[in-house]
Amino acid sequence: MSRLSTENEALAREIIARYPRPKSALIPLLHLVQEQDGYVADDAMEHLAELVGVTPAEVLGTCSFYEMFIRHPVGKYKIDVCTNLSCQLVGGEELLHHAEQKLGIRPGGTTEDGMFTLEDVECIAACTEAPCLQVNYRYEYKLSNEDFDQLVDELRQGDRPEIPNHGTLGLVRQHIAPDRLAGIAAPEVTGTPAWFASRQPEPEAAK
Amino acid sequence: MPLSRPGLRPNSVTATNANETEAGIPFILNGKALLANSGEMLIDACERNGVHIPRFCYHPRMRPVGMCRMCLVEVDTGRGAGLQPSCMLTVSPEMVVNTESTETKQAQEGVLELTLINHPLDCPVCDKGGECPLQDNAYAYGPGESRFVEEKRHFEKPISISSLVQLDRERCILCDRCTRFADEVAGDPLIHFIDRGSQTQVNTFPDHPFSSYFSGNTVQICPVGALTASPYRFKARPWDLAETESTATVDSTGARIVLQSSQDRLVRVLGVDSDAVNWSWLSDKERFLHEATDSNDRLTEPLVRSADGLTPARWTHACELVGDALNVTASQIGVIGGSRLPLEGQYAWAKLLRGELGISNVDAQLGDGLPGEVMLGLPRATIAQACAPAGVVLILGADPKEELPSLYLRLRHAASQDGTKIIELTPRATGLSPNAAISAHPLPGQVGVVAAAIADGKLDAEVGGVAPGQLGAIAELLGSGAPVTVIVGRGNLAESASFTVDAIAALQRAVPEARFLSGLRRGNVHGALELGFAPGLAFGGGLSEDPGLDTAGILRAAANGEIETLLLLAADPLADFPNSELAADALKNVATVVAVDTFLTASTQQANVVLPAAMTGEVDGAFLNLEGRLSPLRAKVSAPGQARPDWMIAVEVSQSVGTPLDFGSIDDVRAGLAADVSVFGSLNWDLLGASGDGPLLEFNRTWEPQFGEPVVAPLPDGYGLRLIVDRKLWDLGTMVQQSESLRDLPEVAAVHLCRQDLEGLGVSEGDDVLVEWSNGSQSLQVRREVGLPRGVARIPFRLPGFNVGDLLSSEDLVAEIRVTVT
Amino acid sequence: MSGRSSTASNNYLPFAPGFVDNDGPKIVSTRFGYEDSHTLARSLATGGYDGLKLALRRSPAEVAAEVKEAVLLGRGGAGFPAGIKWGFMPPVWPRYLVVNGDESEPGTYKDRMLMERDPHQLIEGSLITCYALGLNQCFLYVRGEMAQAQENVAQALNDAYAAGFVGKNILGSDVSIDVVLHWGAGAYIVGEETALIESLEGNRGMPRLKPPFFPAAKGLYMKPTIVNNVETLANVPWLMLNGAAEYRKFGSEASPGTRMVAVSGHVKRPGVYEIEQGVVSFRDLFYGDNYCQGIRDDNELKAFVPGGGSAPWFFEDQLDLLQEGRDVGSAGSMLGSGALIVMDHTTDIVKACLRLVRFFARESCGKCTPCREGTAWEEKVLQRILDGHGRPNDIDLLLEIGKNISPGTYPVASFAEQGLDTVPFPPKQTTICPLGPSSVAPITSAIRRFRGEFEAKIDAAQSARVEA
Ligand SMILES: Cc1cc2nc3c(=O)[nH]c(=O)nc-3n(C[C@H](O)[C@H](O)[C@H](O)COP(=O)(O)O)c2cc1C
Ligand code: SF4
Ligand code: FES
Repeated sequence: MSRLSTENEALAREIIARYPRPKSALIPLLHLVQEQDGYVADDAMEHLAELVGVTPAEVLGTCSFYEMFIRHPVGKYKIDVCTNLSCQLVGGEELLHHAEQKLGIRPGGTTEDGMFTLEDVECIAACTEAPCLQVNYRYEYKLSNEDFDQLVDELRQGDRPEIPNHGTLGLVRQHIAPDRLAGIAAPEVTGTPAWFASRQPEPEAAK
Repeated sequence: MPLSRPGLRPNSVTATNANETEAGIPFILNGKALLANSGEMLIDACERNGVHIPRFCYHPRMRPVGMCRMCLVEVDTGRGAGLQPSCMLTVSPEMVVNTESTETKQAQEGVLELTLINHPLDCPVCDKGGECPLQDNAYAYGPGESRFVEEKRHFEKPISISSLVQLDRERCILCDRCTRFADEVAGDPLIHFIDRGSQTQVNTFPDHPFSSYFSGNTVQICPVGALTASPYRFKARPWDLAETESTATVDSTGARIVLQSSQDRLVRVLGVDSDAVNWSWLSDKERFLHEATDSNDRLTEPLVRSADGLTPARWTHACELVGDALNVTASQIGVIGGSRLPLEGQYAWAKLLRGELGISNVDAQLGDGLPGEVMLGLPRATIAQACAPAGVVLILGADPKEELPSLYLRLRHAASQDGTKIIELTPRATGLSPNAAISAHPLPGQVGVVAAAIADGKLDAEVGGVAPGQLGAIAELLGSGAPVTVIVGRGNLAESASFTVDAIAALQRAVPEARFLSGLRRGNVHGALELGFAPGLAFGGGLSEDPGLDTAGILRAAANGEIETLLLLAADPLADFPNSELAADALKNVATVVAVDTFLTASTQQANVVLPAAMTGEVDGAFLNLEGRLSPLRAKVSAPGQARPDWMIAVEVSQSVGTPLDFGSIDDVRAGLAADVSVFGSLNWDLLGASGDGPLLEFNRTWEPQFGEPVVAPLPDGYGLRLIVDRKLWDLGTMVQQSESLRDLPEVAAVHLCRQDLEGLGVSEGDDVLVEWSNGSQSLQVRREVGLPRGVARIPFRLPGFNVGDLLSSEDLVAEIRVTVT
Repeated sequence: MSGRSSTASNNYLPFAPGFVDNDGPKIVSTRFGYEDSHTLARSLATGGYDGLKLALRRSPAEVAAEVKEAVLLGRGGAGFPAGIKWGFMPPVWPRYLVVNGDESEPGTYKDRMLMERDPHQLIEGSLITCYALGLNQCFLYVRGEMAQAQENVAQALNDAYAAGFVGKNILGSDVSIDVVLHWGAGAYIVGEETALIESLEGNRGMPRLKPPFFPAAKGLYMKPTIVNNVETLANVPWLMLNGAAEYRKFGSEASPGTRMVAVSGHVKRPGVYEIEQGVVSFRDLFYGDNYCQGIRDDNELKAFVPGGGSAPWFFEDQLDLLQEGRDVGSAGSMLGSGALIVMDHTTDIVKACLRLVRFFARESCGKCTPCREGTAWEEKVLQRILDGHGRPNDIDLLLEIGKNISPGTYPVASFAEQGLDTVPFPPKQTTICPLGPSSVAPITSAIRRFRGEFEAKIDAAQSARVEA
């Protein structure tokens, strides 16, 4: 739908500056786009291409490789139910089926009111707390069907304000005050850091 | 019936110099002790020793990625035998390789089975059928019956990824060749892998087509029929094709090609892996321009002007008229053109016109080149010397990407992968700017002064629009001791050529050891120059005592009624000379215009006699490229109607003039050439046909270019914009327009300005502005161009929508225009 | 199973649940008992950054030597000693440290915990490593789906920068090192170190071939790069403070120290445990009172995954093996990423097998033909068998496809009773990275041990077809 807002473009430039090469910032920038729009639109990819100096095709090549980037609008809440082995063994698939019924959609689908998108996902690193899921990458552990229903109801009623809309990842961002930055250099800039050279033991005289 | 395609297979390995192995690396291949070259990939070392390893993704001209896994072989480097991709493995001492073991065979069979499971069974209708590495490998290494009973992967059938290339994603085996080519070789990463895993596909970004000048190469290197060229689709089957090696005459690089025909029509051109020249790559112009050969608009019979206009005539009659027209005082004859002709045609005409008739007003360039005596007098470089790792290349003048695209690819490779440093001294940013060490853009008319400042060490102040920092950096690189090659072309048709000549003089002063590579772009212009098709150069070699007029001079004299007969040897001054008004006056005021050409162009339409010539692909001959390398042109199809090879036309005309040339065959012509023109005297013509790169001529010039006082450009008048007029690959040139698939590629003319000048005018990209010059004006779209200096406007030559030749005058040292808001 | 009410409060605590304190020695989980273990204040109150201070007083070479001396085995999967890996870096600058926090191996759950619960420990470990290697740019690559971990690491970095522990003139010294938080976007393969590097360059996460692209020599931007796992580096502060000799007092001779393991599936007390390396047997872990306390409902053990979804399965025959890399390797599997998944006798083995295969098919990057095509084909065949459309040749077909990806006899433990040999681990591969061959592990494990279950499903399908 849109390019980055002025504010987000400034943020994008701050992120780019943290990498030795601009293209390295591409994944964080795609997240920024998704945070802004809820999904990754073509215009936004073209904007990123300009910002990091590659072609839109290269941005799409990267974007489409990663599961988390979605190139069409999805629900406000994306519910990712883990069905990998650890969860499967203790009811992950049953939870997914229950979710399908409760929401009336299949994995990949979005409810008509645009509230929920359901996904059947791979291991989300909470295996000891199975069956589990993530809502917009926030965890819910050891869910029964009732827990799931309650979760959906709460989300519908707006009782879970701590869960941001789809697209927003960490609510805390890294910011480096310019005067605290050691200094990021392009990989073409060679030479050892001065502190390292001075702290290495003197090369032993030839024996 | 297997085709013999020497050096043609996408995977072909260039012949390696046999004595390179003297310091070879010993390894064991299937029990035999052998030697590999240092740094050689195992797959190449095996091939050189007669063992072919199947492969899909490996291409010797690109970085290996090792992803198709077809080339796995069992290798033991001392830690036990294991499967290794031979395309990623450099041979190391004592490596033991077994390409015949059960392990190897099983791995290859297994990979092939998996490659095939999702590949459609449409070989009978596939363009690639019969010449498909996947098909070949499936026969040679495949498991036979498929055990894959599932539904194959489906994609929408062929999609156009550009106007020239179609992609069938179901056939794609994801070898990364096309995508790597686009990124690594062409520098146009507009196609890419999209999505992941078994859903991976090659595609473009929506609405950003793969509009690369080099798109056709992907078709040639695709190991399956996934990529096809729209111009060739369904035209022929491989087993119907006849083929011959030849040379592209589209520009002066002389890329080596294979011409393929079916039923006496040229249907396809492929690049040959010539180590010296084009490394198997071609621009789309070199690849697809052959379509023009087949155009219905070809001239097929002589035409003579009568009351009804141009009407067909018999050869003898037409030649008699030409004889009459040439039967006037030599100084009243002007000859323009000759660059399109093969060397033999050039020689036959030169022998007649210069040798026999003593005509000195001869010019193969149309006011868009550089003086012949300067260009021939400079110490020459080859492409390989220019592209040598760690060397320095200074580009003086034109954008190689637009004018010499195959050379551009070599330069790009050198700069991006071999550490060659590029200095641009060009009117504007070029295709090489992203890879250039220094991009400096002198203002129009200032390049000579800028080069002089560098030569004289005056680096502290801005000169001609180039900042002191850049001047210093250029001087430093030029003085770094690395070998320097200067590539000289004509970057701006709106300024006098003398500025470039001044710059050459200054650069020779700055780096006396520098070598020069000519960037004159017209096809066989270097052959023409060697044969004296330039005022100041003598027929037979050396300088002429009696320099005649150049094209501008001839046209001026013609306009003034001082020329009786104008002979156009495949030249179209009305469309191609950067001063349309003068050309029009000239054609109007001469008594007789004789044109030898392949099409009715703007100029030939005004001729009194038109003689139809055969063109590339229809004649045998030789071509001299910008390095001075001679390579063969070969006939593959017959010329249409009564069109003839140029040398025969010259012979025929010579008879009517009364000084008959005694040539009965092309060998006679070559014998004459060797006898009359010193640089060809010692040539071994047999080398011409031999496989390989063709012989380099040995030039022993007896003169050095003489440079006069530098020309000083007048200062801008303050409210005008200095103009750059340059060339684009796709333009309204006759051949492009006669090629169906290429016709619509030229962009519409626009006036280009930098951001600040746009803002100054208060307009934005896409708005219409009024372009005014001394005696005219035209409304044009405006475009923003990054890298254009302030106070400079650019309008490319010969684009639809505006003939910029209308505003150019050969008298101006620097053209200026005014741009105002409508 | 606990209801939502009990977990609700857990959900938005700044750290991951599931850690079980087993009263054993602790190296990386020392702060896990505190609710504010992720804060700079808690960290400083409990010795945080003391290791860094100590390191800065020594020469980089001495610091590196200490780590080498300790035999700090990599915890990312391959178990390669960090000190030795560091030594592979040629004397070329710039060079980089990349911290691998992409944890996505099925069953693996420990790096997220370490990042959420004690981010400063990781930052400190990374800084000490940067110091030892003489480099000043470190990238912390956190898996995209781990929003909380990103927040906690970001907060920790912001605090640490502000407090002078990271960035310019660390602790007032002349040493300056930047640590940049980077995050992924959902691709298991990006955990593989060369794919991680590609991803960090903004590309598709497709692995590079080793050789020639060993990261230590040609990594990020083709410059020397060390990639280490989160847990590996989380060990470094303790190691610095207490020294290699102390470190080696824990664990076995070959595998000193502790490691974090996640036990999931059919055990009574699933959880993340910090255990001594090389001295705890699988039986101890699954049945011990301090650990998982037995199989759920006291069922029988059917099979277990000893080291993440990529590892060939073990069975009750291997219960008494110690969790020692070498022993487990010669028994035909690996400890991998410390993920143990336990299956009891009620498990449908075809279904379990399909689930892991499906994971690899979904996660294949698509670069190598055998993995891209082979994993998708394997999934299709297994799905067919499970859906009741199996064909008589399907079992052989599965094994054959497996051979195309991973040729030779595939190692699966404990077939002595069936007259089958175990062969040395790791397997051969026709692919660049081990992802493709990993898909073969569950197939060969399941078929060779429970062939009858596959046959039963296929036979049922056949007779259904005959009847129809
Ligand atoms: C398919 C695949 C996935 C991997 N995933 C991870 C991962 O998620 N986290 C990790 O630390 N290492 C992972 N690895 C191992 C890394 O390649 C690398 O060996 C490790 O990060 C090195 O760190 P260490 O030496 O500290 O263990 C993976 C390897 C493969 C082949
Ligand atoms: S389209 Fe052809 S060249 Fe391109 S990746 Fe597919 S098979 Fe290879
Ligand atoms: S040719 Fe070697 S892997 Fe493709």
